[in-house]
Amino acid sequence: MNRTLKIASVLLAAAVAGPAMPQSAVDEIAKYRLQLQDGNPADLWEARGEDLWKQKRGPKNVSLEQCDLGKGPGVVKGAYAELPRYFADADRVMDLETRLVHCMVTLQGFKQADITKRPFGGPGSRSDYEALGAWITSEAKGYTMAVPMSHPKEQEAFRLGEKMFFFRGGPHDFACATCHGQTGKRIRLQDLPNLTERGDAQRAYTTWPAYRVSQGELRTFQWRLNDCFRQQRFPDLKFTSEASIALTTFLAKNADGGKFNAPAIKR
Amino acid sequence: MADPMRIRAVAKDGVVNVKVLMSHEMETGQRKDNSGNVVPAHFIQSVTASWQGKTVLSAQWGPAVSKNPFLEFNFKGGQKGDKVQVTWTDNKGDKRTDEATIN
Repeated sequence: MNRTLKIASVLLAAAVAGPAMPQSAVDEIAKYRLQLQDGNPADLWEARGEDLWKQKRGPKNVSLEQCDLGKGPGVVKGAYAELPRYFADADRVMDLETRLVHCMVTLQGFKQADITKRPFGGPGSRSDYEALGAWITSEAKGYTMAVPMSHPKEQEAFRLGEKMFFFRGGPHDFACATCHGQTGKRIRLQDLPNLTERGDAQRAYTTWPAYRVSQGELRTFQWRLNDCFRQQRFPDLKFTSEASIALTTFLAKNADGGKFNAPAIKR
Repeated sequence: MADPMRIRAVAKDGVVNVKVLMSHEMETGQRKDNSGNVVPAHFIQSVTASWQGKTVLSAQWGPAVSKNPFLEFNFKGGQKGDKVQVTWTDNKGDKRTDEATIN
C-alpha cells in the first residue's frame, strides 16, 4: 500500500513538473556542459595533433611545419579564424581539412586517394585530420572570426554555400534551412541554432570542432556537415569536396566577429 | 602502445589537486559491431597515483567508466615542484605510466 502511494506521488510530481520541463531540461544540459568543460578529452586529440604536425612523415619524410594555412608557412596561431580562404598555390578556396590534405600530398608526398579513404575516426581507426584539426583550432582560441572575402573565388564559394543552405531536396524535401532557418526551434531537447542569424551562427561555428561525448570522438567541421547531409538523407557529402568547402565558407562568414572557442565539448 | 595521459597538478594551501585525462577505448564487452559480433571487453581495471614513492590514490575500475576517462582527486602534503605519477592497467595487461610536476 505504502509503495503504491509512493509511486502515485512520484507520478503526480512528474505530471506537475511536466509543462515546465523543456526550459529546466535545457538549463540542466547547460550545467552538464559546464561540468564537462574542465576535463575535455579534446586535450588528447590536441596532443596527438601537435605531435603529428611536427613529426617527419610520408614518402618524403618531412613534417607539416612548412604547411601554409593562410598566414604564411608554418604559422598556426589564429589561422583557423581566417579559414576557409583562397590559396593561390592551389588556385581554389580551401577549408582546414582540404588544406591539410593539400599539404600532406605536396609536402609529405602522400597519395590523395590513400589519405582520404577514411577521413573520420571510429572504433579501431583514428583520424589524423581530427587530431590535427583539434590542435590547429586550439591555437585559434580567443581569435576573432574574420573570413576573407576579397578574392572572387571566395565570394563565389560564399554564394554557392548560401544557395546550398536554402536548397531543398532529397526524399524528405529538406534543406539546411528547414532546421536552421528559424529562431527558438528544437528537436527533442536539442536547441537548433538559427544559422541565418549572427549570434546563433557565431555560437555554432565557433564551437566546432568538438568532442562528442556520445561518440567518444573529436569531430571537425567536415564531419559536422557530412552528418547533416546524412540526417537530411542527401547523397554522401564528399570529404573536402567543393560543396563542403562552399557550405563551410557560408557558415564561417556568417560567424564573422565571433570569438573562436573550440575545441568544445558537446553531448 | 597507448597514448600519453594528460596530467595537471596544482598545489594550494598544502593540498594538491590532480586532474588526469586518460586515452582509452573502455569497451564494456556488451556492444556488438556491424556484423553482429560482440566487441570484446577492454577497459582499465586499476589506477594508482603516487607521490614520493607513496601511493596517494588506488582505484579499481570496471566497464561502467566512460571512454577517455577523466579523473580528479586531491591529496595532502605535496609541494610545488614535486612529481606525481599515475599508472593504469587494463584487462588485457596493457599499462601506461605518466608523470607530471606539481605547479
